[in-house]
Amino acid sequence: MRRAHFKFSWIAAALLAPQLLIVFVFFYWPSAQALYWAFTLEQPWGGGNTWVGFDNFRKVLSDPYYWSSVRVSVIYALATTVLAIGMALTLAIFVDRQLAGYRAYRVAVIWPYAVAAPAVGLAFQFVFNPGAGIFSYINAVAPGWWDLSQNPWQAIAAIVVAGAWKQVAYSFVFFLAALQSIPRSLTEAAAMDGARPLRRMIDLQLPLLTPTFFFLLVINITDSFTDSFGIVDTLTGGGPFRATDLLVYKIYADGFRGFDYSGAAAQSIILMLLVMALTFVQFRYIERRVHYT
Amino acid sequence: MAEISIRKVSKTFGKTTVLGGVDLDIFNGEFVVILGPSGCGKSTLLRLIAGLEEISAGEIAIAGVVVNALEPRERGCAMVFQNYALYPHMTVAQNIGYALKVAGVARAERQARVEATAKSVGLTEYLDRKPGQLSGGQRQRVAMARAIIREPRVFLFDEPLSNLDAKLRVQMRHEIRRIHNRIGATSVFVTHDQHEGMTLADRLVVMNKGSIEQVGTPAEVHDRPASVYVAGFIGSPAMNFLPGQISLVRRGVLLENGTLIPLAQMPVLEDGHLVQLGIRPEHARLTPRGRGVIEAQVDMIEDLGAQRLCNLMFEDMPFCVLIEARPPLPAGTPVGLDIPAEHIHLFDAASERRIEIALPLPVAAPAEALTG
Repeated sequence: MRRAHFKFSWIAAALLAPQLLIVFVFFYWPSAQALYWAFTLEQPWGGGNTWVGFDNFRKVLSDPYYWSSVRVSVIYALATTVLAIGMALTLAIFVDRQLAGYRAYRVAVIWPYAVAAPAVGLAFQFVFNPGAGIFSYINAVAPGWWDLSQNPWQAIAAIVVAGAWKQVAYSFVFFLAALQSIPRSLTEAAAMDGARPLRRMIDLQLPLLTPTFFFLLVINITDSFTDSFGIVDTLTGGGPFRATDLLVYKIYADGFRGFDYSGAAAQSIILMLLVMALTFVQFRYIERRVHYT
Repeated sequence: MAEISIRKVSKTFGKTTVLGGVDLDIFNGEFVVILGPSGCGKSTLLRLIAGLEEISAGEIAIAGVVVNALEPRERGCAMVFQNYALYPHMTVAQNIGYALKVAGVARAERQARVEATAKSVGLTEYLDRKPGQLSGGQRQRVAMARAIIREPRVFLFDEPLSNLDAKLRVQMRHEIRRIHNRIGATSVFVTHDQHEGMTLADRLVVMNKGSIEQVGTPAEVHDRPASVYVAGFIGSPAMNFLPGQISLVRRGVLLENGTLIPLAQMPVLEDGHLVQLGIRPEHARLTPRGRGVIEAQVDMIEDLGAQRLCNLMFEDMPFCVLIEARPPLPAGTPVGLDIPAEHIHLFDAASERRIEIALPLPVAAPAEALTG
């Protein structure tokens, strides 16, 4: 493709300025600030700071609470990704096979993606509330069995379900597009070769979905690291006893509740590096390797 | 007994009728080509036989068993698709052996049969490649091998050569016919290319607008087309048609401008019956002005190399003559045309069906029908 070249002009600069300003104010400036704070000791009430080198990182990486946060983040990332991709794939296969009512839920399945994370958390707050809603009936039979403010694993399950619910839509759209791009004659050829629908799915559709699958794997894991704050904040507040203290939530809690700006900044930098690494893997390896011509 | 028997089969998609009551018998070991323009229902008919579409009305039987309600895998047919439909993530060997794998054939036997089949179509060196690394012709061979390895009762071909270039198409055409001769399975081949139809078929089925116009050997269909449609579709360049009426007194066809074209024998029709007179470009002869039965003018001459295509204008109608010589005939030159009576085809103007002039020739039946 031919590239268009433009000479510098004031109109072009003026048109670019708002976007550049937004990116600068909300990304580069805070990132630079975080980078600076990560290497200094910032006073909680303002009034000067001290250069401490890698001390903040050393402290973060030797903090057992940080490692438990890493552990729960990894559990959350894997569980939401598996759940979301599994659900999305199942729904996409139903829609692709045009089972009854597919037109209605093809649209319905996409909607959750438009819901903001805190709203998702609030909605599930009602769903998982031990005193009202579905689980109150279980608690009526077995008193105290369900309470996400006391049982850590129930709290993790709750944020996983809420997070996955939000992710399903995105993966669904991609899976459906990929399934519908498989030529019909391939399915027909397999039918002529004697393969039944389930066999065709295993031998034909799933292998041909591999590129999409890897793409969604990385996207979902990345999203679960960065986009989970709203859900955790509204649903569990990181508790009980730090059981749902995901990396991104811990940054907020340490920084704005514990006033440990420097520690939070160091954690931000680590999380940013992790996401950059995942994105790099995405573009460098997966996009190139797994595709068929 | 017919291997495939199609009885009053019709297919509708919503309110559109694609096939309207087709009857056809295909005999064991026969190579039948279904020929027609796009949208005539020929691919639909093939897909109905394969079981990829549901039959709206009528009955299809394969080897005496009605298959209307059977799944494709239960019908014993193998199909070669237009775009090959190879599995892109499998190697050539896996593609060829997939049907056996699904059928649960043991690995060792599967491998042996894959190798034997690949050898028979010249693919031995390519077994480990993916379809994406093959040329069009090689992919075509894989598609063939995938069908052959199942040893099906019936081979179905859905325009398998239309994606190949001209040279490869002829080569693969020969190969398909050779494979048919070797294996002897019943083959049904759908195409819009009359050359493929003429050269491959034991019997040709010409379709138009969802129904069968004519069934016969390629020679029958070419020499005695059953309708104006078949006459115009088979043969290249296409047959010329001249509208006129029967004149019993003058023993010929009277054209609209008063020209009489004499006939060798008169059909059993009343005087003034409206007809279409057909003559193939290779049968009409160019004569000097005033010496033929028709007077026409040269429009343009196309040189095909071995032959010349003279496009003439007779009244306002185009008329085409194929000649061997290279005459210097500039546009506008008046010429005469001779129309030999023994090569004239007559069609009813209203029904567009053929009118027999001479005594009907004995119809050649397929060998299978006579012996079995």
